[in-house]
Amino acid sequence: MDRFSWANGLLEINETLVIQQRGVRLYDGDDKSKLDVGVALLSTHRLIWRDIKNHECCLSMPLSQIIFFEEQAAGIGKSAKIVIHLHPPSANKEPGPYQHSKYSYIKLSFKEHGQIEFYRRLTEEITQRRWENTSVSQSISPGVSSQVGRFTRAVGIVGIERKIEEKRKETDKNITEAFEDLSKLMVKAKEMVELSKSIANKIKDKQGDITEDETIRFKSYLLSMGIANPVTRETHGSGTHYHMQLAKQLGDMLQAPLEEQGGMMALTEVYCLVNRARGMELLSPEDLLNACKIFESLKFPLRLRVFDSGVMVVQLQSHSEEEMIASALDNVTEKGSLTAEEFVFTEIDSGNSFSLHLIHTCRDLLSFLLCRLLLAEKMGHLCRDDSVEGLRFYPNLF
Amino acid sequence: MRRGVGAGAIAKKKLAEAKYKERGNVLAEDQIAQMSKQLETFKSNLEEFASKHKQEIRKNPQFRVQFQEMCATIGVDPLASGKGFWSEMLGVGDFYYELGVQIIEVCLALKHRNGGLITLDELHHRVLKGRGKYAQDVSQDDLVRAIKKLKVMGNGFGMIPVGGSYLVQSVPAELNMDHTVVLQLAEKKGYVTVSEIKENLKWEKERACHVLDHLLKEGLAWLDSQSAGEAQYWLPALFSELSSRDITPEEASQMTP
Repeated sequence: MDRFSWANGLLEINETLVIQQRGVRLYDGDDKSKLDVGVALLSTHRLIWRDIKNHECCLSMPLSQIIFFEEQAAGIGKSAKIVIHLHPPSANKEPGPYQHSKYSYIKLSFKEHGQIEFYRRLTEEITQRRWENTSVSQSISPGVSSQVGRFTRAVGIVGIERKIEEKRKETDKNITEAFEDLSKLMVKAKEMVELSKSIANKIKDKQGDITEDETIRFKSYLLSMGIANPVTRETHGSGTHYHMQLAKQLGDMLQAPLEEQGGMMALTEVYCLVNRARGMELLSPEDLLNACKIFESLKFPLRLRVFDSGVMVVQLQSHSEEEMIASALDNVTEKGSLTAEEFVFTEIDSGNSFSLHLIHTCRDLLSFLLCRLLLAEKMGHLCRDDSVEGLRFYPNLF
Repeated sequence: MRRGVGAGAIAKKKLAEAKYKERGNVLAEDQIAQMSKQLETFKSNLEEFASKHKQEIRKNPQFRVQFQEMCATIGVDPLASGKGFWSEMLGVGDFYYELGVQIIEVCLALKHRNGGLITLDELHHRVLKGRGKYAQDVSQDDLVRAIKKLKVMGNGFGMIPVGGSYLVQSVPAELNMDHTVVLQLAEKKGYVTVSEIKENLKWEKERACHVLDHLLKEGLAWLDSQSAGEAQYWLPALFSELSSRDITPEEASQMTP
């Protein structure tokens, strides 16, 4: 703020007013100055500020003092600002409100908005530098201004570097603050974890009278906090209300896709399908798994099925195990022998509704049909011929 | 008639409860009520934290790592459920769950070529490409955490340490220590031969062949029997960007006779 000089606020000849804005407060660096209710005026040559109540109080600064400037977005309870970085004051500067400042930048705080337009105009003026073309009687003498011009570039870069450094410190400060707040939060979270462990132990030891309702409530608390459920005694029949709702939604949503895909879809495929459809408030893999686990208890025609290989699928109830084995055996007997790949083509040929989508990701279909063949093998209906050329199944004649 | 039992039983119970409480033990149902209150407080603390620092989590991968590690230390999984506070208020859930979808899609798209095995680097690269340039930055740590979550869906997602980084497996192919070690050996050149295995790992020919056959069967390795010298077993997952690139449909139609 020590770059400002007292002024009378009158424009010189050749000096034009570009824009003015009410409700601007001046900051000396980061500190609020007493100059807090005023009008900021931008001319072709200077930045002027005048107190709204006391018009005598008026200060100005040549635009040539400006190295560069930037916007500072508004926050909660904070107005938008323009931060202006300045050259050191010239030796023959007229006295102003501040003799000395530890900051080399000021801020204009726009309490009644208008910062966007002001910023734009300021950018224009700084780019055009019209004050250099037209000499103004009170301005710095030509000799000094050219000197300032020559130094500007070097000081400009230093100024920019300084700004980057400040920004980095600001970011670091933000992160440090975030980290501190996070630590405090974690302490509270840990208390919750301890409490839940204590409750779980008590439930296990059957101390006290816990109603079914309370158990469900407790589970939902665990869900909210992300604490693993340590109580294993109850079946997945009840789960939490959330999972039940979810299961119902899934039951409705998956009927059509499942029928399209021949009655079976990998859990990962379901995950992608459902989350893509939701767009936001996505399901976690565990949410999906837990919801699918209760299909049976809710009497839906869908089942979660886990194969020996670890593949998990959601299956329409119409595809019972016997049907699958029977169809696999039929196919193999018909052809004499069958690999999983060939099975794919027979299924497609026979007009079973497999969509084009599946044909492109044949390997998925492969693993399902392979599972059927393996299942049939397990039941003793088929036997395998395992070679580098692939796994081939024959009807079991033994 | 069982007179008095009812009243007597109630009185006994009350006495037992009183004694219990006297000893400073709190009943579970009281604790559940207490937890309910604490949960409300915690929820508002978290809301406050979110209003100040939500951006930090979205924009800063480093901060996400710190956050995840702190959660793990106290025994909390912020990604367990989309309904959890962490997910709802900090938005961490959607970030990782969406990433999970993108990872699955990339792996599916390339499965026909690499058999379901892909380097973490390539996965990272392709996921970033798929997200577009205006999306948030995603680090390899983010991918690893998302993959860990995908594991619960039983699809064989796993990570194999290889040459300082990882191979991501997205099919339930059984890979034991022998397979892993051969993959690691193949990492340098993208392929491996029986002789190299014998020399480096000091295995017998049979063991080497057994492992290589399994990789072939699973579609993880391709056999080049026309190479000078002995047959080379190539791993598409390890093809580097330099030695391979995607062919456009035009080029493909030019190549087929």
